[in-house]
Amino acid sequence: MKYIDEFRDGRLAQGLAARIRQEVNPERGYALMEFCGGHTHAICRYGIEDLLPSNVRLIHGPGCPVCVLPSGRLQAVIELAERERVILCSYGDLLRVPGAQGDTLLQAKARGVDVRMVYSVSDALDIARAHPDQPVVFFAIGFETTTPPTAVAILHAKAEGLHNFSAYCNHVLTPPALRAILATHHTAESPAPIQLDGCIGPAHVSTIIGSDPYQFVATEYHRPLVIAGFEPLDVLQAILLLIRQVNAGEARIENEYTRAVSPEGNRKAQSIVAEVFTLRPSFEWRGLGELPNSALTIRPEYAEWDTERRFIVPVVATTDHKACACAEVLRGVKRPEQCKVFATVCTPDHPLGSCMVSAEGACAAHYHYGRFRTPSPGVSA
Amino acid sequence: MIPSRKLFTRKLDFIHGSVELSHGGGGRAMAQLIEEVFLTAFDNEWLRTQDDCAQFNVPAGRLVMATDSHVVSPLFFPGGDIGCLSVHGTINDVAMAGAQPLYLAASFILEEGFPLADLQRIVDSMAQAARQAGVPIVTGDTKVVERGKGDGVFITTTGVGVVPPGVNISASRAQPGDAILLSGSLGDHGMAVMAQRENLSFDAPIVSDTAALHGLVATMVAVAPELHCLRDPTRGGLGSALNEIAQQSGVGMRLHEAAIPVHEPVRALCEFLGLDPLYVANEGKLLAICPAECADPLLAVMRAHSLGQEAAIIGSVVTDAHGFVEMETVFGGRRLVDWLSGEQLPRIC
Repeated sequence: MKYIDEFRDGRLAQGLAARIRQEVNPERGYALMEFCGGHTHAICRYGIEDLLPSNVRLIHGPGCPVCVLPSGRLQAVIELAERERVILCSYGDLLRVPGAQGDTLLQAKARGVDVRMVYSVSDALDIARAHPDQPVVFFAIGFETTTPPTAVAILHAKAEGLHNFSAYCNHVLTPPALRAILATHHTAESPAPIQLDGCIGPAHVSTIIGSDPYQFVATEYHRPLVIAGFEPLDVLQAILLLIRQVNAGEARIENEYTRAVSPEGNRKAQSIVAEVFTLRPSFEWRGLGELPNSALTIRPEYAEWDTERRFIVPVVATTDHKACACAEVLRGVKRPEQCKVFATVCTPDHPLGSCMVSAEGACAAHYHYGRFRTPSPGVSA
Repeated sequence: MIPSRKLFTRKLDFIHGSVELSHGGGGRAMAQLIEEVFLTAFDNEWLRTQDDCAQFNVPAGRLVMATDSHVVSPLFFPGGDIGCLSVHGTINDVAMAGAQPLYLAASFILEEGFPLADLQRIVDSMAQAARQAGVPIVTGDTKVVERGKGDGVFITTTGVGVVPPGVNISASRAQPGDAILLSGSLGDHGMAVMAQRENLSFDAPIVSDTAALHGLVATMVAVAPELHCLRDPTRGGLGSALNEIAQQSGVGMRLHEAAIPVHEPVRALCEFLGLDPLYVANEGKLLAICPAECADPLLAVMRAHSLGQEAAIIGSVVTDAHGFVEMETVFGGRRLVDWLSGEQLPRIC
């Protein structure tokens, strides 16, 4: 595959790995967090950790939109679909996620709820056009990458007078979550309790928002951040750039993904998003808790296409299982295998916490691709 | 052969007609459907007796029996249809014991309203597949369910075969040190079907690999009768098949990603949808596990066969108390090739 295989080249990887080995300071450790699930997936899928020296540690961050969705919000929409006989359209990776009652969209579908897997929001619009007498709800979820398509769909629905379509908005924002994580690692007076030396910044998200919104990472939290593509060579290159900054005592925002990301981002997408969405004062992130100004809601002008305004969607507050260590895993305090329930009672088939929910979650990625590295009596194929 | 007496005044309408409940009712309509559709297409000496069962002699040796139900949407896809798929699938299940498949039974569940033209096309495809494979369909059954209670047509086929003396193939026989061979590229069937689904409009040049593998198996068994395991990686793909064998044999496996053939269009469509070709279905590929010293001669006969031209040695069996299937990636790292959790679903980003 042209333009993809070049970024998965094993020989180039060996060269980069050699350079990383040369440049790391053996006297110190490097704790680097990749924010995005896409990076987590690439790291685990390609075994990037095998190419790194033992003193470089990767922390898998919270950038998996399916993982951080509170189970109460999923439960609420399942109940809505049952109650109001709506056609519920969802992206594929949300279908297996358990809601607050342990119920998944696939199970709801098996019970007779009309759940349709869609590849894009435009499929949901087509379904709404084909069923003018039935309400069609699109489960809008994702970071800044999937927000513009949802906005476009709402604009189309308004222009066409497609009154049976609405979006259940669960779009969240990257910078506030990054800030929440850095804040726990950073106190002005004392050194951070948990080591975090730098961040690998989002790929697709940054194509929309640009590299400028991450400046606070350097200016307020004095950490380097390197925006990187989702291919494994991108990740390895970003690690090298971060190690160089750490060694030089620098904290800058660098862009490894210049083939897709500009400082200002995609202005057109930003303006469409601003037209349709506005900030939510607060939103609960599974594993991170309530974060102020960290999510979007549909503007009142588009209330007709906002599921939460058209229907009553009561969200039940939920808490994760007591033994679940997702909050610590997402902050890098614990590795997935250090959680007591990892691979024992918490598995991808029966996830207890957010990190095990989607293949891009920290625990699920370690479970699927890496648990042979940390075998224990409870961990086997 | 068609009975000489004239039971039916009018022939079935294969242009505009459709399946009716009476076609499964046991009366004259059913007899006509069987005669004009199934007997005509499958015609052989066993069916001609029109008994409720087929009687046949079998050679001495160990008999093998396998059954497989086929539900696929869409029913017709590039490279095949549910008809030939239902013949190949069961022949392959029998062949994976190293057996020579002998006879097939076919059972149809038809939905009221299903076009007779489609049924005939499917049955003709089955007949052709069975003839090409040299494995006759010797008995069968038909039921009709009400409209809305089926998905057009479901086909269950059952096959019997016989294992040559000295051959003992089972998924529980993989041993540390064994070589793992794959007969060709992964994912062609699954992605050919997926590209045809109604809400995807990919114009991908991907053709199902559906094929009967017993001929290939016969050449393999002839050169390496000490073969330990054979498995056709259908639903769940290579990843699931290897995990099943690892568990049944109590061993681990080590694979080399660079050695695993995947055609470029399949790789591209998987990439686009966020799917892993290791878990995509195949209908004309097999996995073989054999003692290391047999690997090269086995690979040579596989490559000499039309269904094994892209065969490759993709890894080896190791001692592993955890039963892990690990893979060295093209990137130079390692990953687990895990059991699949549910069905593979496309990812958001």
